[in-house]
Amino acid sequence: MSYLHLSIALIFVIIPIVLSKTLNLGLERDTIIAVVRSIIQLLAVGYVLKFVFDSENIIYILLMITIMIIAATQNARKKGVSITGITWKVAITLVVIEALTQSILLGFSITPPTAQYIIPISGMVIGNSMVLAILFLNRFTAEVETHQDETELILSLGGTPKQAIRTQLLTSIKSSMIPTIESQKTIGLVQLPGMMSGQIIAGANPIQAVQFQLLILFLLLTTASITSAMLGYLSYPSLFNKRMQMLKRCLAPPEV
Amino acid sequence: MAIDYKPAVDFNHVNYSVEGFDILKNITDSFLEGKITTLVGPSGAGKTTLLKLCNGLLSPNSGEIFIKGKIISSYEPVELRRLVGLALQSAPMINGSVLKNLALPLALQGRQLSEKDAQNLLYDVGLEAEFLHRPIKDLSGGQRQKVSIARTLVNRPQILLLDEITSSLDRISQQEIEDLIVKINRKYETTIIWITHNLQQALTIGNYAWVMMNGEVIESGTSDLLHSPVNEKVKLFLKGEVK
Repeated sequence: MSYLHLSIALIFVIIPIVLSKTLNLGLERDTIIAVVRSIIQLLAVGYVLKFVFDSENIIYILLMITIMIIAATQNARKKGVSITGITWKVAITLVVIEALTQSILLGFSITPPTAQYIIPISGMVIGNSMVLAILFLNRFTAEVETHQDETELILSLGGTPKQAIRTQLLTSIKSSMIPTIESQKTIGLVQLPGMMSGQIIAGANPIQAVQFQLLILFLLLTTASITSAMLGYLSYPSLFNKRMQMLKRCLAPPEV
Repeated sequence: MAIDYKPAVDFNHVNYSVEGFDILKNITDSFLEGKITTLVGPSGAGKTTLLKLCNGLLSPNSGEIFIKGKIISSYEPVELRRLVGLALQSAPMINGSVLKNLALPLALQGRQLSEKDAQNLLYDVGLEAEFLHRPIKDLSGGQRQKVSIARTLVNRPQILLLDEITSSLDRISQQEIEDLIVKINRKYETTIIWITHNLQQALTIGNYAWVMMNGEVIESGTSDLLHSPVNEKVKLFLKGEVK
């Protein structure tokens, strides 16, 4: 695709702007900002990726993954600011998931150890993990606040913080995993995944594209389960102090 | 308060505040072992907070609390909360049946409550055995409160903290609970600390009474003080002129 063709494709941006103006939705400015940002960010990342792929230097690969983890952590932590040390908890979770998935992929030679494979797959794993972390933290902080009477009841009867928070923790882990599982049930029937579509458009063999997409789907299941469970078990102790008392400050609404 | 008995709970210059608001101010007094002490006072006086301090759900900002002669911080939290039972006015429940709720204190210790013991507990609080498998959501407010009391008794606490547990009960149920608490107090010499808005109840059940207002113990002594208080504020409160 040439830049000329891409420019013509801006018609697809003009349509929602006109619609927004006509219906008085007030979304014109946000739409323009979103488009400009995506153009700049994607072009920049395209050039960076080209440089990293060409250099095939492990340092650059690690640097890119580090940047992804930092950006994802910054985004996800906002939903759990009331939890002490949430930044590190999210960061550790993302690092563990990235290390685990890449160890399996590279260890079993499922994917080649090249930047061309490592970086896009890392992007998908970390990005998905970030969304899962946000879903989990949103639900968990809400569950803790809604069910504080039950938590206090179990503590008052001589239960430990882990026992007191168990139901809320498991509910949050389960509810944050459900969208990943549900979306995979209809995949291929309702929608063709973006990565697979991209490969097919780029001329790849559809079967090969499907194989890679399946690989990603399997990865995302692991990502979903580990992100929620790990973040949950790292987070709940900071809701309590050493005297097994619930810290009221943890019930503050998360920063939006 | 004249001390004829050992204190079960002893407060020594205890203060508790939240975000700069003083909830309890300089509490220095004792709840005597094996006695029933009622806590009366207007809403917002700090009575529930005081109970939560005894049970270790909260810790004072300053001052010391002694439970059965030992400073409260020397107890493991789990040990303390089994020793000092708490039944709250809101009677929070976990989802499931009455049996599941009654079994909760033992389940937290990895133990089981037999159906027979559960039935006896229900009987003690005036509920029929048929309630055992009933879902909690189908219970009335009063029935929930009875289950809450029965559940607190499972740990056989030596000190029992009751927060307006009869406020949602009809007169007959209220009498049953009062009789039960008196029976527990006499049979096991359990120390009872009971928040109530029912002055008649405080007079008939309590050996001692504390009157609290604005986070302070204004007057304490034998329950007779509710008949003939010394403090002017207490007089106004007992006349119903302070809400």
